[in-house]
Amino acid sequence: MKRAIRTALVYAVLGGAAAVTLLPLLWMVSASLMPTGEATALPPRLLPSAITFEHYRALFTRLSLARYAANSALLATAVTLISLLLNSMAGYAFAKLRFRGRDRLFQVLLAALVIPGQVAMLPLFLMLKEMGAINTYWGVIIPGMASVFGIFLMRQYALSIPDSLLDAARIDGAGELRIYWSLVLPACTPILVTLAIFTFMGTWNDFLWPLIVLTDDRLYTLPVAVANLAGEHVQDIELMMAGAVLTVLPVVVLFMALQRYYIAGIMSGSLKE
Amino acid sequence: MTARINPAFWFVAPALSVIAVFFVVPVAASVLLSLTDFDVYAVASRTNLRFVGADNYLRLVHEPLFWVAFRNTLYFVLVAGPLSVGVSLAVAVLLSARLVRFQSVFRTIFFLPVVATLVAIAVVWRYIYHPRFGLLNYGLSLVGVGPIDWLGDPRWAMPAIILMAVWKNFGFNMVIFVAGLQSIPDRLYEAASIDGAHSWAQFRSITLPMLAPTFVFVALITMIGYFQLFAEPYVMTQGGPAHSTLSIVLLMYQEGFRWWNMGYAAAVAFVLFAVILALTLVTMRLRRRGPVAAGVVPR
Repeated sequence: MKRAIRTALVYAVLGGAAAVTLLPLLWMVSASLMPTGEATALPPRLLPSAITFEHYRALFTRLSLARYAANSALLATAVTLISLLLNSMAGYAFAKLRFRGRDRLFQVLLAALVIPGQVAMLPLFLMLKEMGAINTYWGVIIPGMASVFGIFLMRQYALSIPDSLLDAARIDGAGELRIYWSLVLPACTPILVTLAIFTFMGTWNDFLWPLIVLTDDRLYTLPVAVANLAGEHVQDIELMMAGAVLTVLPVVVLFMALQRYYIAGIMSGSLKE
Repeated sequence: MTARINPAFWFVAPALSVIAVFFVVPVAASVLLSLTDFDVYAVASRTNLRFVGADNYLRLVHEPLFWVAFRNTLYFVLVAGPLSVGVSLAVAVLLSARLVRFQSVFRTIFFLPVVATLVAIAVVWRYIYHPRFGLLNYGLSLVGVGPIDWLGDPRWAMPAIILMAVWKNFGFNMVIFVAGLQSIPDRLYEAASIDGAHSWAQFRSITLPMLAPTFVFVALITMIGYFQLFAEPYVMTQGGPAHSTLSIVLLMYQEGFRWWNMGYAAAVAFVLFAVILALTLVTMRLRRRGPVAAGVVPR
């Protein structure tokens, strides 16, 4: 009996927490489907009286949301592919190849993790300005092409590849590049997927740097565009909610589909030494 | 015989050059920048650039607005940090109770706010906090609490941002805590049960001590992340009302990229770095274990 009460209590708290977690997200979706003005009705409505997609249509026809979504997708994809290649190469080398000062260098890299990215931003902006990369896609892509965290994650995983496997391939006459490409990369698939999700979501959700670098509104990513629209269209709640839904949807779907890899990645990033 | 370059070089060189050129060099340059009067005139022409020594730092110390931003950020970190960690731990403990089914469903739900784009979420919460039409005030009115102008009242704006941050982030730490809880051997609890320890005693004498390393790690990455508060006040309040939500990074952004006082902004950025570094060193001393991956927080 006591046990039953306790079970009920645990479920009640967890259920309540789940409801509180979901409510803002569900309201966002619901409000985005309401006819204009209904989200400001009193008392507040939780569900639309009639479902309409007019705000989504308006975003695409009047406010070129498709363009921002394409920018976001392009930048997130480019950064993901490039950084996956560079980080996996470096991570593999730090784990399995021998070179002078390897471990020392890796220590230094890890120490650099405590430097917040904002410290680099001001000179980075000036550098990229000299290079003519400000207000271009490259301004966002270039600083994201490699990351210490990505190298770290790759290295930790690559350590588990048996040396005997690599040596056997070398004896068979395989070149280093070939070993990396057709032996190491396939063996690292799970962590590559994890890193890809992290990088894609991180770039998609990033705000401060794109806000600084992309001044031409044709280049805006979704978060920059949404923040900008939120200033101009304060009164159009339903429209803004539709914009928020479209910004959030791709990453939420990606997470739902691949959450096994995502959660595993947090573990290997946080619990391993 | 020609000297052969170690093939490892070609593997690390691309990534390390990117990090060196686009991170290490800018960080070093940032030190120099903070010692100059780099402003809007210097943006136009470098001949207007002067070395000013520690002037930016002196100005910063005497600038009330900097201290406002500093205090606000500290307020945010010291309240939202423990709240986030506490909520994460509580939910993780409940979720790990052996009797709970559908764990993965709950976990997915609790994690949704973590992956959702912060800017979009901030826009949503701006309406939830609306003094007249917002869901929150409506909910409060049902239990007899009068309307609060969440984002318009200097006393409530920061608590509002804190509440949203806790909602958005607790799922991340929760996942780490759940893993930490799973790594505690069952036999410890079994032994305690035999000794007649009830669940609160078990929690205090087994769960908490065993979870200590995880706890320290989670607390550190949460606080580091929170010191970098930016998008929430940028989208929801623009640092207002009456600068009550102006954060250090928001101040850096405004000084550096709106007014082009880049020398001064670099000094602000370095204060942020110094605080985070100090925090990390203190924590590592507490923890006495390997390096901490501060980059894991997907914000």
